[in-house]
Amino acid sequence: MEVGLLYSRIRPDEKLLLTALREHGHEVHKVDVREVTFGLDAPPEPLGDCDVVLDRCLATSRSRYASRFVDHYDLPVVNSPETAKLCSDKVETTLALSAAGVPTPETTVAFTTEAALDAIEAFGYPCVLKPVVGSWGRLMAKLDSRSAAEAVLEHKATLGHYEHSVFYVQQFVEKPGRDLRVLTLDGEPVAAMSRSSDHWLTNAAAGAETTAFDLDPEAEQLAREASQAVGGGLLGVDLMELDGPDGDAYTVHEVNHTVEFKALDAAVDVDVAAAVVDWLETKVASMDDGSDPTPAEVQP
Amino acid sequence: MSEADCVTCGDSVALPDDVEIGEIVDCGSCGTELEVVGVDPAELAKAPELAEDWGE
Repeated sequence: MEVGLLYSRIRPDEKLLLTALREHGHEVHKVDVREVTFGLDAPPEPLGDCDVVLDRCLATSRSRYASRFVDHYDLPVVNSPETAKLCSDKVETTLALSAAGVPTPETTVAFTTEAALDAIEAFGYPCVLKPVVGSWGRLMAKLDSRSAAEAVLEHKATLGHYEHSVFYVQQFVEKPGRDLRVLTLDGEPVAAMSRSSDHWLTNAAAGAETTAFDLDPEAEQLAREASQAVGGGLLGVDLMELDGPDGDAYTVHEVNHTVEFKALDAAVDVDVAAAVVDWLETKVASMDDGSDPTPAEVQP
Repeated sequence: MSEADCVTCGDSVALPDDVEIGEIVDCGSCGTELEVVGVDPAELAKAPELAEDWGE
């Protein structure tokens, strides 16, 4: 295969992918999206010759537009722009999960600080205020009191960018000191790990301890459903374990479309990058013979 | 293993054999985060600052 790889930074994750792709005998064309332009008629060289394009942009905004253009050129792109759109915005993700009946934390969105404070008070303390676009746990606020909520809301309202005035308020989920990351390929779980920390944020990027995790059938099924809810592809599905006496055992709080898997690869016995390349080969072969195995298209 | 000069302090920075353009390395002397912008010959530039929409 000839594989295009859109990037602006080669993280360890991209390096693992590049190595696996080359070891499988594929030709990789790295395209730094900072250096190319995307017109209406033709893709930037050499994307036009590629059998598939991998969107591995570090910046969400670039990922969304670049994958949209690649799709516009009728080139296969992983992940699809529809999936990127749903996963890159927490409001979109929450709505997609909810529409698909996938358990996800209770969430309220408000557009003014006053309405947001009402939403926060309705949840009670603690609750969580998240940016609608963001990653690695940045700008996440656990609100323990009204005074803290007022301060954070004021800060967000003065940050300037309109996205900070979309207030995404969420219930605080009492998790057992860890959450779970599942890497899925068109819904099929490939590997999973727990991410443990004394801090309420358990992102691997924030230093959480990562350990291989054996999924039970319910978690596997939720990962499949969460993937399908956003259109499938190469995804990182994040779940939290619930400890309630009844109801769901898990809740899905995030689906990542440019998933980082360096920590997962180190924690599990699975060669994650090789699994991704195997899947990509099958996917491209299926597209070539007209039996595209991708899940049903989502309606963003 | 190749080497290139840190653009901040000028010290030599060792690069791995499989270094890729676009990869980030840290200068061991001054701590500057550096982006590999050339591999033959090896060349480094100061890495872009973290942007708000970066991530996975």
